[in-house]
This record gives sequence, C-alpha cells and structure tokens, in this order.
Amino acid sequence: MMKLKLATTAAAVLISASVASAEKVKFEYWYGLTGDLGGVVAETCARFNASQDKYEAVCVGQDGYEKAVQNAIAAFRAGKHPTLLQSFDAGTADLMLSGEFYPVHQMMADHGISIDWANYFPGIANYYSSSKGEFVSMPFNSSTPVYYFNTELLAKAGVTEAPLTWEGMETAFKALKDAGVDCPYAYEPSSWVDLEQFSMAHGVPVASNNNGYDGLDTELLFNTTLHAKHMDNIQRWLAEGLAQLRTQASGKTARDSFVEGECAIFFSSIADHNTIHKLKPAFAWDVQMIPTYEGVERHNTVVGGASLWVLSGKTDAEYQAAAAYLAFLATPESEEFWVSNTGYIPVTKSGYQALLDKGFYAADPYKNRDIALKSLTFTEPGPLTRGIRLGGFIQIRAEWKAEVEAALAGQKTMKEALDTAVSRGNEQLARFAQTYEGKSFP
Amino acid sequence: MRRAHFKFSWIAAALLAPQLLIVFVFFYWPSAQALYWAFTLEQPWGGGNTWVGFDNFRKVLSDPYYWSSVRVSVIYALATTVLAIGMALTLAIFVDRQLAGYRAYRVAVIWPYAVAAPAVGLAFQFVFNPGAGIFSYINAVAPGWWDLSQNPWQAIAAIVVAGAWKQVAYSFVFFLAALQSIPRSLTEAAAMDGARPLRRMIDLQLPLLTPTFFFLLVINITDSFTDSFGIVDTLTGGGPFRATDLLVYKIYADGFRGFDYSGAAAQSIILMLLVMALTFVQFRYIERRVHYT
Repeated sequence: MMKLKLATTAAAVLISASVASAEKVKFEYWYGLTGDLGGVVAETCARFNASQDKYEAVCVGQDGYEKAVQNAIAAFRAGKHPTLLQSFDAGTADLMLSGEFYPVHQMMADHGISIDWANYFPGIANYYSSSKGEFVSMPFNSSTPVYYFNTELLAKAGVTEAPLTWEGMETAFKALKDAGVDCPYAYEPSSWVDLEQFSMAHGVPVASNNNGYDGLDTELLFNTTLHAKHMDNIQRWLAEGLAQLRTQASGKTARDSFVEGECAIFFSSIADHNTIHKLKPAFAWDVQMIPTYEGVERHNTVVGGASLWVLSGKTDAEYQAAAAYLAFLATPESEEFWVSNTGYIPVTKSGYQALLDKGFYAADPYKNRDIALKSLTFTEPGPLTRGIRLGGFIQIRAEWKAEVEAALAGQKTMKEALDTAVSRGNEQLARFAQTYEGKSFP
Repeated sequence: MRRAHFKFSWIAAALLAPQLLIVFVFFYWPSAQALYWAFTLEQPWGGGNTWVGFDNFRKVLSDPYYWSSVRVSVIYALATTVLAIGMALTLAIFVDRQLAGYRAYRVAVIWPYAVAAPAVGLAFQFVFNPGAGIFSYINAVAPGWWDLSQNPWQAIAAIVVAGAWKQVAYSFVFFLAALQSIPRSLTEAAAMDGARPLRRMIDLQLPLLTPTFFFLLVINITDSFTDSFGIVDTLTGGGPFRATDLLVYKIYADGFRGFDYSGAAAQSIILMLLVMALTFVQFRYIERRVHYT
C-alpha cells in the first residue's frame, strides 16, 4: 500500500514536472564553433535560459562550420532540423536560393521585437542583407583579417611603424632579413586573406555581377586583377627567402611559427588575437590592417565568420522563442560578454561605442583588437566591397588553393595556376546557375 | 559438383528478413537514390532538381583531374594491398613458427584493425610530420628533403604506409588461420625429407595458401578503394595540389563540403562500377590460378 502511494506521488511529481517544462517553449539551435569558442556559445544559451522562464534554447554543437551546415541539410530533408543554424559564408548562396529560411528582419517584425538595424556596421550588414537591404540572417561571430607582427624583431630591423602598404612590407621583409631574421613572413595560402579580403581592400572584383550579388550568371575575374600581381610577388618573396611557406602539412602552421618567435609576421583573422594571447608568446606583438599597394585607394574589408539563420518549417511558438534569443544576443551586455570571451569583434556601433567608453581596447589583453573594426569600416561598402556571393564557393576556394600550391611548388607558373582556378571555378558557377535555374537571390 | 536444394520455408524467410531489410535500407536504397541523383542536378536543401541526362558523367569523365584521381586511387589500392598482404604474410609465418612470445604478438598484431582510420591518420601525422615527427630526423640530415606539403610522391607514400598498416591486421588473422589449418603431418613430412623452413614455405605453405591470398586480394583492393577516406582526410587533406585526392575523398569533398550532391552521386556510381569491374577481373582471371583443396 505504501509502495503504491509512493509510486502515485512519484508519477504525480513527474507529470507536474513535465507540465512545468512544457510551459517553456523549446527551440533548437545548432552551431559550428568548437573548442573554447563552442563553450562560449553554449554559455550564451545558458545565460539566455537563466534570464527568463518562457523559452528554452537547446543548443547543440555540430563540430565545425561545415558539419553544422551538412547536418542541418540532412536533418532538413528529414524534417528534423533546428530552428536556428549558425552558417558560415560559404553556405550562404545555397541557403539564400533554397528559400527555406525565415528572414530575421521579417521574423523580428512579425514577433513585435524592434531591432535598430541601422546600428549594425555597414560592412557587416551588407554581407548578410538581401538586395533590398533587409537582414536575411543575424550577424553573430564576426571577424576580418589583420596581420600580426613581432614588435621586437621589427624594432631590431629598424622598422618602427608597421607598414600599411605592400611596398612598405617588402622593405620591412628585407630589413628583417638583413637583421638576421630567417623567416620574415610566415606565408600560408588562404583564399580568404590573399584573394577575397585583398580584393575588397583594393576595391577590385573577385567575380563579375558585383561579386555575384546581382545574378547567377557570374564569372570569376581574379586572374585579371591586381590579385595576380600580388600572387606573383608572394611567389617572388618565397623564392628570395623573404617569406617562408608555413602550413600544417609542412610541419608547422604560420601561427605557431609566429608564436614561437621564428617568423616575424603572419596574416590571420582577428579572432586569433585571443588565441595568441592565451599562447603567451615570449615577445611583444601587435596587429595592423592588411596592407594595400601604393597608388590604390584603400577600401573596407568585409566580415568573416558566421551568422545565424532561421530555418523554415517551424511553429510560430518556436519562432517566437528564437526571436527572443536573437534579441537577447543583440543586447549590449550579451555583445560585451561575447567579445570579451572570444577574439571576435562587436557587430553594432553602440556595442562598440560602449566598449570604447569603458577603455576596453586600450589595455591588454584587448589592446588594438579594434584595428579590425577600423579595417572593416575604412570606407562605406560599395558595389565591389559589399561581400562575395558565389555558388560552389567551397570548391572555388579549394581550386584556388590547390592551384596556388602547385604554382608555389614550381609545378606551373602562377599565371597558369590562376587561369586554371578561374576556368574551373567558372564551371562550378555555371553548374550552380543551372541547378537553381530561374531563381535569384532575395 | 553437388548442389544443395532448399524448400521454401516461412521460418527461413522470417529469419532472413531482418538482415535483408538492413541490406536494403543501407545499401540498395541509397544506391538507387545516388543513381537517380547522378542524372539530375539536385538542390542541396531539397526544393527540386532538374534532369540532365548524362551531363554529370560527361563532366566528371572529361575532367583531367578526375583521371589523375583515378590513377592515384589505383596506385594507392595496389600499393597498400601488396604492402599489407606482404607484411601480414611475413608476420603470420613468424607467428605460425611459434617463435618466442608469439602469443603476445598474435594479439598485438590484430589490434590495429580496431583503430579507426582517422585515428590512424592522426598517428601517422605525427610519424610523418616534417618538423616534429619521426621523419624530421631525415630532415636533420638532409634539410628540407622530407616535405609532405611540397612533394606529391612522399604524400602518396605516406598514405600508402598508413593505409597498409591498418590493413595488415585483417590479412594477418586470415593468413594465420590458413597456416594453422595446414596439416602438421605435411610440414613434418617435408621436414623429415630435409626441407628447411624457407623451402617448406615456398613449396608447401604458399601454394596451400592461394585461396586465402585470393580472398584477401579482393577484400584488400575493395577496402582500399572505399575505406581510405579517414586516412587521407587527417593525413594530407587530398594535397599537395590534389596529389592524394583519392576517388572517395573527392566524392566527400564535392558532395558534402561543396554541396554538389549530383556530381558526387555520379562519381559514386563510377567508383562502384570500377570496383565491380576490378572484382570481376580478379574472379575471371586470377581465380583460375587458385587451387582449392
């Protein structure tokens, strides 16, 4: 009898517990960031869940950007997809044309949440907006490339100011070499830095149709622009010993070569600022905007990283919950939490201003991290510096990398390599246009 | 030849059904889906596709890099198979001779088969790392000689060694079983006739092993075509400049990373046909030379 009573009480407790949790509207959020950064994402969810009792964000790490999108596609086809997805730049074109998303601009308006969209930095906003200028996805983890330099080695070589031109860079490389630095520039081929952001900063096109924004019948142009000359220079610097190839496959990455004090300069995302700080190099270091060539007017760079997409086919209650989470992320407190725990930069002007007022960027460990914002906001984005919207982007990047590596290994000339990358990339683009025939970017 | 005849039985059918269902769901269904996609352009997020006939196949087969991918896959398959079977046989013969400590060896040699391919790749990443690994000692003697990021043949050699290392265990088990099933009386008779171990191996053991050889050849070649993904992904990522872009790796890169489902489906169909053709050739021409006792 006693046992029965216990069992009924237990059942009653269980039922009331499930009723209590059923009152909370749950939604799923899949993210691609891993390691420390993934941990910080999970923390934002915990903070959101603790901040109110109406909604519950169920956040699931998917072990990498690519896997997050791959898994979401597979789940979507089975009708088991999350409400919110963190998707990286290369996933954008397919997502946009699929139409299987709920534009955040629309969703926030539908759920009565007002967001000051003009508050977002234009270099970030344009990347994630439709042709009408409305946000399609929510900016989240944002970065842009910079270069990191070893202040002590540069001082030893008599270079007192970090150059802002490639000509100045070459002089610095030579001075470093003369001062006995074997590896002035740790080079690692990166389409994002050497091609995409380089073209943005110089205001030269990567592809026709304003880098793919204006249509699907796009062709790549980078073998005809300043990019080709730049790649020739990199090849020459490698040959002259002013730069050294440092990749995972060659035994040591560019970042490790820099952190260990072997190489004086390397290029990477501002997100590495945090990582390098944690690795505690035994020397003073700083960052600078990526250089441009003399005689070319400097333009803004664009945002890298990922944004948050709301997928279609979910209930209104779930959208309501997701909208609340996005609104939570957009608060200055959340932004400060995110920025101070990762290497990423603020995405809103007011968020940045709040940090500036606190003296956030004046002292270690965040000192000069806002160089990235300077680069991102250097000019107002124009038709060629809004961003890049290409189908088959991952393969185009892979083609570029494989061809450039072949040229650097002496298998072909740099010109042949870039021409091949362009013609193979164009096949990808044509294929993409054929797949989505009759559709256009929103 | 004797033939077995079975009467149809509902119990037998019921017992077979789960297995057949699994084969259908995990093999025939996806294969049919891939076959369909291979003739269309499939949008990754669903939302329809267009029929393009043989376009996907034409595109793949007219791509010079695809053919170099076929070439390197064949090289990889043959080299890993020869290396794995060779090493497995050597080890099996030593264990079969019951040299000191053979019991420990027997267990130790089987272990690598249980290691997942990506883990094998990671382990060998350390071994072959030009800056920090075991092979960095070569670079200490001849600076810059060993560099996986620059030298295609070294990269191919690296994945072949890693792939073979993984395969050795499986082949070893079969060779050892086959060697131990050779009647002792035969070996002893040969020994009494004055045949030394090497002679006994060449004249007696190897001929009796041919069925096992054949079986392992087919399995190893098939496996190295289809199961090399993890090793390539962790060890070389298909590089340098596509030198180790094996067929399976290319399918993954195009399909999953690049969202080109249809192109990847066409490549899968070609790979399937290639493996079937190779297996057919082996059965048609090599099996003739196999003597079953």
